[in-house]
Amino acid sequence: MEQFAAVKRSKDGQPVRYLIVDDSVFARKNLTRMIETFGGQVAAEAGDGLTAISEFDRTHPDIVLMDITMPQMEGIEAAEKIVQAHPEARVVMVSSVGYQENIVAALQRGARHFVQKPVKPEVLYEVIKYVMGEDGLVANAAGAGV
Amino acid sequence: MKMELIQPFINAADAVLSQGLSGTTKVGHLSMEEEGYRCQGVAGMVALTGDIEGRIILDMEPQTAVRVASHYAGADLPESDGLIKETIFELANQVVGNAVCALNDQGFHFRVHPPLLLSSAEGDKSSEDVEALMICFETSLGNVFMNVALRYNKQRMSEHAAAGR
Repeated sequence: MEQFAAVKRSKDGQPVRYLIVDDSVFARKNLTRMIETFGGQVAAEAGDGLTAISEFDRTHPDIVLMDITMPQMEGIEAAEKIVQAHPEARVVMVSSVGYQENIVAALQRGARHFVQKPVKPEVLYEVIKYVMGEDGLVANAAGAGV
Repeated sequence: MKMELIQPFINAADAVLSQGLSGTTKVGHLSMEEEGYRCQGVAGMVALTGDIEGRIILDMEPQTAVRVASHYAGADLPESDGLIKETIFELANQVVGNAVCALNDQGFHFRVHPPLLLSSAEGDKSSEDVEALMICFETSLGNVFMNVALRYNKQRMSEHAAAGR
């Protein structure tokens, strides 16, 4: 997989920490592999929206990558609840069903961005940089992927 | 055969497989299926209801599913029924999700139902007014079969027409 210049937290230079939420282990592994090439770190994983909320409270990740269609509680509702409780939360929706109604609903309910599956690493990388904004910094290419 | 409905699924499968498997995907054998669906390996079915209705079946050998999952994970994964099912469901969701976006952009609205595992050798039959198209995608990790049977929901379409949508 392609390597990217690592995106770190600007406040302490530590890796960006992610909460990955998807009911498919297969999809979570794929996202994990991608964020590792961005120099990121998995803080926690969840297979449904309810677990995502409790894992957010427990780990306080920098970014949440959230699927939409999941059992128990769907991703858009979970994103809304997380953002209501933590307005600083950065939630990026990652879903196969990327039509306009879904995107608008997600953004209206607190998500910062939307990435359609199958996820292209270069697209997700740009979204991560955008969503981190001034709270993220791109390290030297020498530090990429480690 | 409603090619205007089926083409977005072919395009989506081609994109999902080529991108996900980091290689070229070749569309191999195509055939019309009028009899009941016969699984080639393990199959997942996604049903659509709404302006367009029908179903899409994604089907592959278990070993192909394990190779696909291992490719995505970047490490060899042990074969298990759960892994095979999840791989097929995730690919089916991605293909259908991408295709319905294209159809949604054309003004069609529908509901995508969660994938179901087709456990019998013979699955859904295509009805008399819906023919199914079977497409074989040849990938570097093995063949992936997609069977698409869709039709317009005439009642919904006439309701839209009456409402001027």
